[in-house]
Amino acid sequence: MTGDPAVMAITAALLTRPAPRAAHPPVQRVVEVAGRRPVGAYVELTLAAPEIAERAEPGQFVAFAVGGETSGLLLRRSIAIATAGDGEVSVVVSAAGPGSTWLTERQVGDTVDVVGPLGRRYPMPPRGTPALVVGGGYGSAALLGLTAALRDAGSPVLAVVGAATADRLCSVDELGALAEVVVTTDDGSAGRQGWVTDAVATVIGQVGVVYACGPMGMLRAVADAATAAGLPSYVAVEESMACGIGVCMTCVLPIVGEDGRTRFSRSCTEGPVFGGDRVRFADVGALPWDVVGADAMGVVAP
Amino acid sequence: MTATETGVHGHKRRFEVDLRTALGSVEVPSPVLTASGCSANGAELEPFVDLTAIGAVVTKSVQLRPRSGRPTPRMAETPSGMLNSIGLQGPGIDGLLSDDLPWLAERGARAFVSIAGTRVEDFAELAQRLRGVPGVLGLEVNISCPNVESRGEVFACDPVAASDVVSAVRAVADPAQPVYAKLSPDVTDIVSVARAVTDAGADGLSMINTLLGLVIDPDTMRPVLGGVTGGLSGPAIRPVALRCVWQVHQALPEAPILGMGGIRSGLDALQFVLAGASAVSVGTAVFNDPSAVARVHDELAAALAQRGFASLREAVGYAHR
Repeated sequence: MTGDPAVMAITAALLTRPAPRAAHPPVQRVVEVAGRRPVGAYVELTLAAPEIAERAEPGQFVAFAVGGETSGLLLRRSIAIATAGDGEVSVVVSAAGPGSTWLTERQVGDTVDVVGPLGRRYPMPPRGTPALVVGGGYGSAALLGLTAALRDAGSPVLAVVGAATADRLCSVDELGALAEVVVTTDDGSAGRQGWVTDAVATVIGQVGVVYACGPMGMLRAVADAATAAGLPSYVAVEESMACGIGVCMTCVLPIVGEDGRTRFSRSCTEGPVFGGDRVRFADVGALPWDVVGADAMGVVAP
Repeated sequence: MTATETGVHGHKRRFEVDLRTALGSVEVPSPVLTASGCSANGAELEPFVDLTAIGAVVTKSVQLRPRSGRPTPRMAETPSGMLNSIGLQGPGIDGLLSDDLPWLAERGARAFVSIAGTRVEDFAELAQRLRGVPGVLGLEVNISCPNVESRGEVFACDPVAASDVVSAVRAVADPAQPVYAKLSPDVTDIVSVARAVTDAGADGLSMINTLLGLVIDPDTMRPVLGGVTGGLSGPAIRPVALRCVWQVHQALPEAPILGMGGIRSGLDALQFVLAGASAVSVGTAVFNDPSAVARVHDELAAALAQRGFASLREAVGYAHR
């Protein structure tokens, strides 16, 4: 402990336990694309990957090599698992740059080199706890496995799914089969006009735990709303990763640990699921003085 | 050692080439090692690679104290490479000694420990604390990390400073542990630095570290990395690395060289061996392919066999003939 009052206050207020380690180690396989379909602005790929499918837990992700064996794009693309079962894993890919665009161009029968399942799952609440799941953009896909698991564990689930525009929504129908769904879009082209956080504010009083996946700003707003309501929240962060397996140290975030001290934790191996109250969102991209080891970087207490 | 690994691409291979080599005075069964900073301290590779079959796990550079590393973003992809500004995040020597090295030793994996510091005394203290530690094969002295506050503090840019660090380490390090100096390519004459550190007692040379680079985001019109500049690695730097190995082997043929810089395949590794390296490290390629170290071993064995070499040793420096 640092003994600093601010740090002590954070410790006292924590509502979440860190996500557990995965039960099974990841595998690396060259697998076949078994299905491909456009989903609004995105592409859903289904992979014939039985070992990954049987190991996968809600919240985990896979990491793809892109561009072929001699590609000049060296870094893996890490993408959340949407569904896993019957020997197949599906992911929803947004074509954002040359690597993810290459992925969206894969056709049925093509092969891809994939590593997974990676990272830690969403922790489950006590049986029957009413849950709110909040998805932004293609992040909604990552909530499908969790929502099914919550239903299996007797939890009624409310889902809030939002995006900038209607074509950037995803997994609305699939979530609708498992949960009551509220849709929001920034421009009002589908569902209610506004941000997911507006809808979250109206329903948060009805639940006992909150889960989210989406862009960082949305995660921060949802986590803050949950913490303010005295609820535990778990967020799957979208942080750029070079390797996905925990060796490169590029995807770190300032995370408050069980001892109340903040460390630069890897989103890939300590995450991607973190307690929403443990992520120091305001300090992402900074080096706060009270991060473990900041003193060795010459950063001193103000 | 014979290779019988089934690669990730499903090819079953078996080759009868003697791939044993040595790091200084210490024999290892494979000439292919991880590269410092690219495989953490080894544990995360266990699902993908038999850690006991590779030459050694070269650990991420350790310093005396725990170190947070730099703010994010810490990475930018570049053509056939990447830029990083991690800033030597790590648990410090206490964490390495209590957690990582015992974990590797229990599995029978060999550790080549990379040490870093900001003063000569830091390096010496680290070498002292690693004396006699089980599983520690040797030391790689990182005098060339570009992710420090002042480029003027990069020891490997100055032959005198570089030799001060190496002689201090060699004086206190376990005599059974070879000491390799890791050199920077960002110098006018790498041969003079190599000569200075071997004169100071280095048992071998690791080359090369990353090159200092910069990427600017055209949208924000600001440098991408939190650390502004970063270290360039990956196949983009391979010709530079190979040139360094060639020049140093030419000038100092007796100095063992651990070659690295953009090795992605067995043919890449072969080039380093032919230029004069008696062992190689695979770094950034591990991010692309977590089984790369084992795969490169197999591909190197095949490449040597196809060229009629019965052993790796016959091929070291062969391009200079």
